[in-house]
Amino acid sequence: MYQKAMRLYRLALGPVLLLLSSIGSSAWAQGPTEWRHPNQVNMPVGVTEVSAQIHSIHMTVFWICVAIGVAVFSTMFYSILVHRKSRGYKPSHFHESTKLEIAWTIVPFIILIVMAVPATSTIIAIYDTEDADLDILVTGYQWKWKYEYIDPAGENISFFSSMSTTPEEIAGTAPKGENYLIEVDEPVVIPVNKKVRFLLTANDVIHAWWVPEFGIKKDAIPGFINEAWARPLKTGFYRGQCAELCGRDHGFMPVVVSVVEQEEYDSWLTAKKEEAAQIKELMAKHFTLPELVQQGQQIYNRVCVACHGPNGEGGIGNALAKSAIVTGALDETLDTVVHGVPGTAMQAFGGQLNDVELAAVTTYIRNSFGNNMGDMTQPVDVFNFKKGQ
Amino acid sequence: MAEQTTPGHEPYYVPERSKLAIMAALGLFLSVFGAATFINSNSGKFSDAGGGGWLLTIGIAVFIAVLFSWFRTTIIENRAGMNSAQVRRSYVLGMQWFIFSEVMFFAVFFGSLYYVRVHVGPWLSGAGEKGVTTLLWSGFNFEWPLMQTPQEAVGGVANQMMANNGVFTGPERNLAFPGFKEMFAWLPLWNTVILLSSSFTVHVAHHALKADQRKKFTTWLLITVALGFIFVALQAVEYYEAYHHYGLKLSSGIYGTTFFMLTGFHGVHVIIGATMLLVQLLRTFKGHFTAEDHFGFEAASWYWHFVDVVWVGLFLFVYIL
Amino acid sequence: MDAHAHHGPAKGLTRWLFTTNHKDIGTMYMWFSFAMFILGGAFAMIIRAELFQPGLQMVNPEFFNQMLTLHGLVMVFGAIMPAFVGLANYMIPMMIGAPDMALPRMNNWSFWILPFAFAMLVSTLFMEGGSPNFGWTFYAPLSTTYAPPSVTFFIFSIHIMGMSSIMGAINIIATVINMRAPGMTYMKMPMFVWTWLITAFLLVAVMPVLAGAVTMMLMDIHFGTSFFSAAGGGDPVLFQHVFWFFGHPEVYIVILPAFGVVSQIIPTFARKPLFGYDSMVYATASIAFLSFLVWAHHMFTVGMPIAGELFFMYATLLIAVPTGVKVFNWVTTMFRGSMTFETPMLFCIGFIILFTIGGFTGVMLAIAPADFQYHDSYFVVAHFHYVMVAGAVFSMTAAIYYWLPKWTGKMYDETLGKTQFWIAFIGFNLAFFPQHFLGLAGMPRRIPDYALQFTNFNMLSSIGAFIYGGAQVLLGFNVIRTIVAGKPVNDPKVWDGAQGLEWTLPTPAPYHTFTTPPEVK
Ligand code: HEA
Ligand code: HEA
Ligand code: HEC
Ligand code: CUA
Ligand SMILES: [Cu+2]
Repeated sequence: MYQKAMRLYRLALGPVLLLLSSIGSSAWAQGPTEWRHPNQVNMPVGVTEVSAQIHSIHMTVFWICVAIGVAVFSTMFYSILVHRKSRGYKPSHFHESTKLEIAWTIVPFIILIVMAVPATSTIIAIYDTEDADLDILVTGYQWKWKYEYIDPAGENISFFSSMSTTPEEIAGTAPKGENYLIEVDEPVVIPVNKKVRFLLTANDVIHAWWVPEFGIKKDAIPGFINEAWARPLKTGFYRGQCAELCGRDHGFMPVVVSVVEQEEYDSWLTAKKEEAAQIKELMAKHFTLPELVQQGQQIYNRVCVACHGPNGEGGIGNALAKSAIVTGALDETLDTVVHGVPGTAMQAFGGQLNDVELAAVTTYIRNSFGNNMGDMTQPVDVFNFKKGQ
Repeated sequence: MAEQTTPGHEPYYVPERSKLAIMAALGLFLSVFGAATFINSNSGKFSDAGGGGWLLTIGIAVFIAVLFSWFRTTIIENRAGMNSAQVRRSYVLGMQWFIFSEVMFFAVFFGSLYYVRVHVGPWLSGAGEKGVTTLLWSGFNFEWPLMQTPQEAVGGVANQMMANNGVFTGPERNLAFPGFKEMFAWLPLWNTVILLSSSFTVHVAHHALKADQRKKFTTWLLITVALGFIFVALQAVEYYEAYHHYGLKLSSGIYGTTFFMLTGFHGVHVIIGATMLLVQLLRTFKGHFTAEDHFGFEAASWYWHFVDVVWVGLFLFVYIL
Repeated sequence: MDAHAHHGPAKGLTRWLFTTNHKDIGTMYMWFSFAMFILGGAFAMIIRAELFQPGLQMVNPEFFNQMLTLHGLVMVFGAIMPAFVGLANYMIPMMIGAPDMALPRMNNWSFWILPFAFAMLVSTLFMEGGSPNFGWTFYAPLSTTYAPPSVTFFIFSIHIMGMSSIMGAINIIATVINMRAPGMTYMKMPMFVWTWLITAFLLVAVMPVLAGAVTMMLMDIHFGTSFFSAAGGGDPVLFQHVFWFFGHPEVYIVILPAFGVVSQIIPTFARKPLFGYDSMVYATASIAFLSFLVWAHHMFTVGMPIAGELFFMYATLLIAVPTGVKVFNWVTTMFRGSMTFETPMLFCIGFIILFTIGGFTGVMLAIAPADFQYHDSYFVVAHFHYVMVAGAVFSMTAAIYYWLPKWTGKMYDETLGKTQFWIAFIGFNLAFFPQHFLGLAGMPRRIPDYALQFTNFNMLSSIGAFIYGGAQVLLGFNVIRTIVAGKPVNDPKVWDGAQGLEWTLPTPAPYHTFTTPPEVK
């Protein structure tokens, strides 16, 4: 019986160790960009120095724990197999040993110090946000990210980055793409080999900005700014997700960072700035009612529909059809859309949409769902409204 | 079967079945369900079903009735001699640990005050390790008492870089220590004097009771209760002043928030404590308590001392520093 | 006048409604907790079913968040805590030679608050806007500005749950301090009593803190205060500090009684006294003490100043030391014993292995820089199910099997028990071990849908969860079968290696015990 049990025990130990070592080794086997693949079992080594350090601490602590586990469990299994009543083993009655107890207090303590040393130096490195080459203000919104490139010359550019996976893919009526749920309409672009500082904040609730391959996870807290930084050493797309429960679509708020060569970054930036200039031009333009309504509908269906329903019938938000505010004075509607309603889910869209978009959506809601105001809001009206406040 | 006890052991009184507990649970449930319904439909935040007010009233009535009958029962049991010394020790322990839990409750609010004053305020105004935050609140200067909220500093709701979650307007005047010249027109000082002396008077009453001087006992207890209610009245005056003349409200940013929450919860505890003492006073009129056995009074007086100590903390951290 | 002490229980429903008897109250607590466990488990099954494959199949994200929140709340406050309070009620008087709990009427009150509190909590599912959807940690401002109307009901149900816990804890403290039989010195108390004494202390210390946290929420939502809003000079992170000052000790509230149970059962089946009793007591006390100093390890990513980051990392690591002492003591108790492996013992061994694994991942989480990768990923979910399910639930299951014969006078079906253990053990590991991989590979927690590369492990995990759920059905069946048709046991001792006062009583234990205190040598 005993012999058989011991043999079983040894037999079992083999696969367990094998499994453990496969967890350990798989990380080294993969290059960083292939990290996101099915059946991945370990943390990425990543593409920054910090992420590699984190990975190495992780592995060290992991193996220490495995070693302690093996020691503790093999002692236990030895007793289980040998010191059993069915083998006629008579119990001894010792129940104290000061030496032993001191030993197993001190040894773990020392082991913990061994763990704490590299952890301390890594965290000091992570907190060193000085001397960045580029600052990006990242703002979490329900449920998208806004990136604002802080330009020393004051010409900041900014854009929103939302998930681009379609509702059909999620519902299963369309095949799911390769980057299902971790793809965005517009990734944040940064140059390789540069220290990029991220200033994180949020507009509504707490979000967390997580890019595993950078070793960054930091909360974005409304009203506060947190700092994080990365110096990616390799180009490529790096994907992550919002890591703090932030409401309904918390699971649909990916982060995608595109790390590119400096030249590519520069031309991207120039293009962005031109785009911004174009929008500025549009601001001065006078639109026709159908133009505004048509554009407004698109914005409505992208931004507002979640709360106000496809036909303005309401939901989380009030009904817009026949609403006193929407069918009242124009200023009142604008006020609601631009500044939101204090203390409710109705956000201030003044900072989220540009003046063209605000004008369009305002015009749209005043001329749809049975609302028949017939009036128009031009971008310049929005501009003046904002200034007048 | 009382004969079976070992020598020197009094049997521990285990009460018979009782309706009290479940009725108390019911009363509590009705109260909080009613309160939640009521608050939801009246705070202007969520429009919701009515009827909460009624439920709340019924709940509180049930709860108070049960408490009354519960204490009555225990008092009758005690006076009937059913409580051995050991049973009494259980009550003593119960009261002591209850007070400890209250201490922890207040600790939360003191801790929050510490956190916002020592950490958050400076961060918002650009000092300390999270000073970058000032980018969001440029122009905000941290001072305590906080007279201008970060929201006001950036020019109101429309200009803040986060979604609107309320309007917070700083007070025009605060209730901090006004300096030695105006000290005597400063209510908190009087309140402190009143509450401290009430702790002293209740102590005198206790000694009188132990010495079996009933007359002295009732007099000093009466004074204590009176002081307690005077304190509450003055506190009410202070709140009225704050709301109507100082512009100091719950919504005056974190100063108003911490001020009212700390003094408010303390005030509630003063009312509870004074009521407890009042009940003990009424009991003395009915001839309860002896020089040896007066736990009801003792418990109430411990509670009173606790409330007093909390006030000292308040006076120091909310008003003076 | 004490004549009624020998009466049996009253008849009918009012026996339970009006009772002051610690065994009745303990029984009610345990049945209530089992009901809540099934309810919380049902919520978990919905979560796991939705996560069986990528895409949204069963529930919408809004409802998913509600399930998640209720699962966490119901399991922690409704299943685990009442289970151990019930066990304490039943066993502590029997273990220390007391006639009942110190404050019997209040005892009944503490219990009866709970069904009301949970009825109120679960009723939010049927309210406009749905039930709380902000996770069991209810971080502001998601739980304040952005909360559904039912949040007010949630707040008040937490308030009364807290009152129940505080009263229950005070009762236990008074009982242990005041009601020990002559000769039962502190250092002779059974470990279960010790762990509960310390747990009760933790409860009295931190439940008011939770009450404070929800009170602040209530004020921020309805009365214009700005605790958690920077616009008024507050800070959303303040909420987290307050919550975790409660929340971390809370996890030890969940596990310390479990330690106690294991420390009772292992010596019985090893037929050898508990190794290092004294150090067990000191270790438990140190864990409780340290638990007040580590709360912000749940907040490494909120952007604390670096000094805070380091302090909380070091303090957290320290907890491994006293916990290690306990693990080593249990193993050494088994060492050179004369072991048998009845169901309670199997669950205890399962506990030691799986809890230790959960503890190891805890230590990994405590390493602040590494936590930047682990935090809010499935790695954390795996960690806490290892300590809470394989820790608390396994040990509670062991306790049920261990004392069931004493409670009912009947023996459970050993084969069924062992079968349940193996199904539970395998199901559990299948459900939660792959979650470590998921977390490390980058899957956030609290999401209703996931990227494609997480598919396989999620499927495994769901299958494991269903198997594990099945094992709970067996547990319920085995207990009920025992009560209805178990083989009678008459031996007071039940287990030949058992030690302690409860085993000197007849089996089943009479309705009133120790009206005369026994003498403890
Ligand atoms: C029963 C409950 C329980 C218990 C006992 C523990 C025990 C521990 N927990 Fe856990 N924890 C939770 C329940 C619990 N936890 C929950 C519910 C959460 C998530 C909450 C949420 O966000 O929803 C959480 C989250 C959590 C975090 C935050 C993770 C994050 O969100 O990023 C951290 C970080 O430090 C942590 C650490 C620890 C540590 C160090 C222990 C230690 O006590 C473990 C000690 C034990 C051992 C180490 C094993 C035995 C020891 C030895 C054999 C000695 C030798 C060992 C060494 C030298 C390493 N836990
Ligand atoms: C002690 C507490 C406790 C217990 C016992 C459990 C038990 C279980 N938990 Fe959980 N869990 C938490 C505490 C607990 N949990 C907490 C605090 C959270 C965090 C919440 C948050 O993020 O806010 C969480 C979160 C959580 C998640 C993460 C969700 C997410 O982040 O998106 C998951 C996912 O797998 C999960 C699964 C399970 C499973 C499968 C069980 C199983 O062990 C349950 C087994 C029990 C049963 C199944 C019931 C009995 C049987 C029946 C009713 C018969 C029917 C059975 C079948 C249909 C098979 N739990
Ligand atoms: C996250 C949810 C949400 C989104 C997105 C949202 N709203 Fe609202 N909206 C609300 C809520 C909630 C209210 C009700 C506020 C109150 O209680 O007064 C509201 C109210 C309004 C009102 C006032 C209606 C009335 O009669 O009270 C208008 C106008 C409005 N929203 C327009 C918009 C427009 C335009 C958009 C998109 C650009 C939008 N909303 C997007 C939640 C939302
Ligand atoms: Cu944003 Cu989660
Ligand atoms: Cu913790």
